[in-house]
Formats: sequence, C-alpha cells, structure tokens
Amino acid sequence: MQAGSLSTFLKRGAIWGFIVLELIFFSVAGEFMSLSDKAFMDVDNMLLLFKQSAPIGIIAMGMTIVMINGNIDLSVGAIYAICAIILLDSMTWPIFAGLGDWAIPVAWLLALGAGVGLGALNGLIVWKTGVDAFIVTLGAMLGYRGLVFMYNGEQPTSHLNWTLVDFAEAQVLGLHTATWFLLAVTAAIWFLMNKTVHGRNAYAIGDNREAAVNAGIRVGPHMMINFMIIGFLAALSAVVFYSESGSVNPNDGELYELWVITAVVLGGTKLTGGSGSIISTLGGVLAIQLLRKGLAHIGADTETVNLVIGLILIAVLFLDRQLNIKGKEELKV
Amino acid sequence: MTDQTPALRLEGIVKTFPGVRALDGVSFSVMPGEVHALMGENGAGKSTLMKVLGGIHQPDSGQIVVGESPVVMRSPLEAKAKGIVFIHQELSLAEELSVAENIYLGELPRKRFGLVDWPRLEAQTNEILGKLKVGFNAKTKVGDLSIANQQMVEIARALTVDAKAVIFDEPTASLTDAEKVVLFDVIADLRAHGVGIIYISHRMEEIFKITDRISVLRDGQYRGTLDTAATDEEEITSLMIGRKLDLTRSARTHELGGVAIEVRGLSCGGLFRDIDFEVRRGEVLGFYGLVGAGRTEIAETLFGLRDPSAGQILLDGEEVRIHSPAEAIARGISLVPEDRKGQGLVLGMNCRDNMTLPQVSDLKAGPFVAEGAEVAIFDQYRDRLDIRTPGWKQMVGNLSGGNQQKIVIGKWLSMHPNVLIVDEPTRGIDVGSKSEIHNLIRDLAAQGYAVIVISSEMPEVLHVSDRIVAMYSGQIMRTFTAEEVTEDNLIQAISGLSGEGAAA
Repeated sequence: MQAGSLSTFLKRGAIWGFIVLELIFFSVAGEFMSLSDKAFMDVDNMLLLFKQSAPIGIIAMGMTIVMINGNIDLSVGAIYAICAIILLDSMTWPIFAGLGDWAIPVAWLLALGAGVGLGALNGLIVWKTGVDAFIVTLGAMLGYRGLVFMYNGEQPTSHLNWTLVDFAEAQVLGLHTATWFLLAVTAAIWFLMNKTVHGRNAYAIGDNREAAVNAGIRVGPHMMINFMIIGFLAALSAVVFYSESGSVNPNDGELYELWVITAVVLGGTKLTGGSGSIISTLGGVLAIQLLRKGLAHIGADTETVNLVIGLILIAVLFLDRQLNIKGKEELKV
Repeated sequence: MTDQTPALRLEGIVKTFPGVRALDGVSFSVMPGEVHALMGENGAGKSTLMKVLGGIHQPDSGQIVVGESPVVMRSPLEAKAKGIVFIHQELSLAEELSVAENIYLGELPRKRFGLVDWPRLEAQTNEILGKLKVGFNAKTKVGDLSIANQQMVEIARALTVDAKAVIFDEPTASLTDAEKVVLFDVIADLRAHGVGIIYISHRMEEIFKITDRISVLRDGQYRGTLDTAATDEEEITSLMIGRKLDLTRSARTHELGGVAIEVRGLSCGGLFRDIDFEVRRGEVLGFYGLVGAGRTEIAETLFGLRDPSAGQILLDGEEVRIHSPAEAIARGISLVPEDRKGQGLVLGMNCRDNMTLPQVSDLKAGPFVAEGAEVAIFDQYRDRLDIRTPGWKQMVGNLSGGNQQKIVIGKWLSMHPNVLIVDEPTRGIDVGSKSEIHNLIRDLAAQGYAVIVISSEMPEVLHVSDRIVAMYSGQIMRTFTAEEVTEDNLIQAISGLSGEGAAA
C-alpha cells in the first residue's frame, strides 16, 4: 500500500463512517430511551431528515467552495434573512398584483438576484480592498442583519401562497422538493469544482495563491464568482424554506453561518483553503442533522444537542489532525 | 585527535518507516573542536538522522553517545538538555519579540511571583551577543533584523546551553558572502571552545573551506568518512552518488537565431537601474551576482510582477508593456521562480493539474476541463523531461526536488514560450539531479528557446551559460562571453571591484 493512502482513505470515509455509527447508536438507544414507539430509521423519518438538512446543506455547498478558495463568508445567515423577506414581501407588492401566480417566479428571481448582488458586494470588497474575507463578511453580517431589522422592525414578514406551499410540500419519487434542491445543488457544485476551469483554479488559489498568480490566474474574479455563488445559494436556501413556511422573523438565519461552517469542517474542508470535498460536505450536513434528530429522538433537549455537537466537532478535528500528522510522517521518508 | 573522547558518537543507528529503511546502521563520531561535514543527496537520510539526533524520532536500534555516556532523547527539549543544539535552515523565531526574549524563550529569568527579570535578561543576552560581535542588542525586535542576523540570534540561543555538539543545517542558504564570513568566524569560535560541529551543506566551497572531515550518507547507509584536506570534489561526489559527475560543458554546436528579448535602460526604483541586455533564440544568458544584487527583481519585472520605473522591453523587436503574469504568459514569457514550493507549485494538487495550471482555461470540452488533453500533455512532458513519478495522480508535494523542478519547467514548455527565465534552477536539488537540470537547460537552448538563468552558484552559471551578466548592487557591471569569463574576473565583477566594466 502506498504511503499515506490509508490515512487518506480514513479521512475521506470518516464522515460516512460517523454517520453509520450515529444511525446504529440512535437506533439501539432509541429502543430503550425513545418516547415514541417508532423506529429511528423509519423511512419517513429519514426522508424528513433530508428535507430538514436542505437549508443548511444548500448554503454549505457554497461555503465549501468559498473555503476551498481560501476565504470564508460569515454573512450567509443575514443574506438568507434578507432574501426571505424579499421573497415573501414582493409577492404582496401592488405592481405584481395583476400577475396572479406568475408573481411567484418574479419573487424568486428578485430574492435570488438579491442574494447574488449581496454576495457580489462582499466579493468585490474582498477583491478590491484586499481586506481579509473574515473581516469583510463579519461587517456584512452585521450590516445586512441591520437592513433586515430596518425593513420591518421586530415584526415578522408573512405571506402564504398556497400554490407555493403545494410546490414546496410536493414529494417526487418520495423525496421532498427541498431534498431535490439540495441534491441538485450538490451535483452542480460538484461538477463546478471537479470538472470546470473555475473549480480547478479555485483549488489552486486556495492552496497557493502566489503560485496561482504566477501561472497567470486572475485571483480576484474567481473569488468574486465564489462569493456570488454562495450569495445565490443562501438566497436559494431561503426561497426553498420560506416557500413553505410563509413567515420570516428578523432573527431567522442567525447562527446559520456557524452551523454551515461546522458542517463544512466536519466534512474535512480545510480552514486554510486548497482542500475540501463537496460530497464530504454533504456528509457533514447529514451528520449534524442526524445528531440533532437522534438526540431529540432519545429525549435530549436543544441545549444538550448543541453541547454534544460542539464536543463532537472538536473531537473530529482532533482526530483529523492526528491522521494528518501520521500521514505526513509516512510521506517524509 | 584520536586519543580524545568524541563529543558525539553515533553507533549503528537504524530507523525504519513503514516500507522504507531510512537509516541503515549509521555510525560516525565528531571530535570536540572539529567541524564535521555531513553530506548526501536529498533522500540519503540526512534529515532523518538529524531528527534522531534532535529527539524527534527514536532510533529502532543503535545508540547515541554524548561524551562518555549513551543518551536517550525523547524530545527536542531533552536533546537540548543533553547538549545537542540545532541551527535550522528554516529559522524558528518569534518576529514580534525582542532578541532577548527569543534567546531565552521558555526559560526567561524570573523574579518573585513569576515576573520576568528584565534587567537580568538583558544583561545575559548582551553578554552572549558581545561574544558574537553583532551589531544589534538585546532589545532589538527580531522582525527588524536581516536573515543573517536572525541566524545569529539562533546561534546565540544555542550558546545559552552548555553545547557539546552544534548542528548547522544548510546555514548559508540565504546569506550573502559578507554574512557568511561572520558565520564562519562564529563557527571557528565555537570550535575553539571545544564544541563538536556537524555541518550540513550542499556547497562544496564551504565544505572545503571550513570542515575537517566529511561523512557521506547514501540511501540511508553510511558510506565513509574522508579527511577534507586529503580529498577532492570528485571523490566526495562519487561517494554521494556512486558515480562521477561531469561539470565540463561541451561547446555549443547549434546556430543562434534572432533576438527574442531585448531590454533597454530598464530601471525599477532602488532595486536596479539602466539594465541593458538581449537574448537570442538558442542562447542561455546567465545572471550572476550576490543575493540582493537585483537579479530576481529583473526577472519579476519581465514577468509582470513589478512595474519598471523606466526603460523598454522588446519582444521580437516590438516594444511591450507587461503589467501582470497573465500578460507576460500571453506574450510568451515564462518564469521558473526561485522558491519552487512557495511560488511555483500548488503542492496539494497532482502532477498533471500543476503542469497544465496556466493553460487549463484553454483546454476545454464544452463547459468542462478536457482531462484527456491534460493527461496527453502531462505524458508528453513527463517523457520529454524524464520526470520520475508513478503517474499523473501523484501529488507534487511527494516528488523529489529535481522532479518538482521538472514539473515547473514542463508547465512552461507546454505553453511553447519564447523566453524562459529560470531563477536558481537547482536550489535545494541534490547533486545527481542538478546535472540533469543543467543538461536540460542546454538542451532547451539547442531546441531554440531563449533562456535566462539566474544563479548564485558560480559553477552552475559557468556551466550552462553562453554569456554571463555580472551584477552588483542593482547594476550590470559587465557582460562576459563564455570565452572570456574566468572565476576570477567574474568574482571581481560581482563584488563591485571590476574597474573597466563599471563605467560601461
């Protein structure tokens, strides 16, 4: 066996192994501790799990490419909230009153457009000022959240469109609409990162920016495109979720950036850039959702869930570090 | 020397890693007051041996004896406590802290309540610095010092313990000649105090200048120890690589083509000024000078990484302005940079992706990268440059220095450049691969490329160049042809001593 390939294998497969462990644990523990008599690995329960993973999962795909590129975006939760408001509120605007259900695609376009625009703004600032993405998007997170509150104060923004609700609650081949969106986004981003020039260059920039510049790659546009993509995906996540729920609170989406980053990091993407896998991010997203659901299944409260997820995140990164060190030692000889 | 007890003795050190026997019974000893060179190609086991000595790896068998007593070291801290001190090639200093804080890092003298005893710290530090005769003091911030002076801080750190053996790992890699002199003085001083010194370097001139004996490793095995006074470069090299190295150059047989690049009056701030030269197709133009003479900066200007303040660049007789590497590449200028890992390669990517990095945007099948075309390019240049790798999927970080350099060269050749600039082509590359790279550069010229080679190694620049530009302090002192250049007049020119050339 080639040096280092064992640890590489362990790392790649780790998140899926972790998911299997979770499934076994909660199925067994559920038998003794669950209040309901339904099995944990019930089909409906698993389908629901996919659906509930979608809002974080869709954004996590964007975060993966931004992080592979060597940046980070903390403003996704705020973008998510803004786009949700635009989606719901625009359907009630008088100018669109004559459109009937055609107001839906218009509202979608407006929300998605806003997401792309806000992402582009982040990207442009990072590109042109050279300020670290962490700082720029930290500012954007506060600023965009401010816009959300300026829009409607502390009040929720609500609008229920039943056509939209029907669409969101539909199940095709058993999977919910939101699940289909998550899978489609995963596939699209996988192709983008693994098969296109943009993806290749994004990896190169994140791994060694200087070498990328020396190869004639223009770093700025690639970074900006990635910020636009994550803005779009934050908006898409809002569109998918609020089509069904129909009401957005100004606090919605808070801490989403941290959940998203947790999922991405669990999936093995490096905070320093240059390395990461889209499929593993999907694993990270599912692992977190499983943990939440599973802990609820055996009767744990929300506080406990957060504590456990926090501990697991640190444990996983510690393990990853150990594997990395081992891999490096094998390589150095 | 023979009746003395060695300062440090290694006896049959064996270290295996899964699948590899990195050290296979290495034994040699260093006497007190001796400078002992340790040589070997990259991968010969030098670094592993150093890690064993430094307490980072534990040997599987064999023992290390310091003075009279066998020692076992489980950590770098223990190694230091036993009197084995390292001066690393890559400095490990806290740049924001003062010299004194760095020297006593982790062992700051304390007063009551754990408070730092600043006056004592400063006094102790200045005492050590006094011995080293350096031009800075305890309070200077390390980040403000030159690399050479930072190295002095490392050495000062070594002097705080009662060192039995000091190990220098490629200490002169980033030093200017003047700074080397100071370093050698310090080494002489250490040896006068009876310290045993292990000196690791690829540079033969240094080895002959300062060492007493030379031990050679090859493939993890100890190949023998030579008396420096009684040996020569050839004997050492043949021990290291198991064959003889030919550095003499055959005369150029091909005709030169037209002028590919011409530079007139190029200046850039305080870095270099009034640079004039031309390179013809089929020609290798060498740039030789001290570190800081402005050679790399000229290359960076041609490659669009710096904007010149004056002057012209002409490609095939046509004036061009280049503001970015992308523009330079589009005009057929390629740069193989000095720092291969930092500036040339994406270490986390495989060989194929690194090789096609600058042209991947042109290799498309619909919206996707045409991976088949990429593999074809990789295969072609792997064969042409004889790159030894198990396959294109191999991460470049796992290749040897020589093969990495060939990947970088292949990357540019596959773009069919007009001008190829190679900055320090063999830095950090072992002796065997060096000559391969040299031959490759000669071959490229023969195939009609215009090649600029920047080097700090005189044998290299003499070996590969058709003409040599000698630079001193940002100016061209003289341009030599291969016929007129000698080691002496070249050294004079780059030291700023050459009277006749300076005015020209």
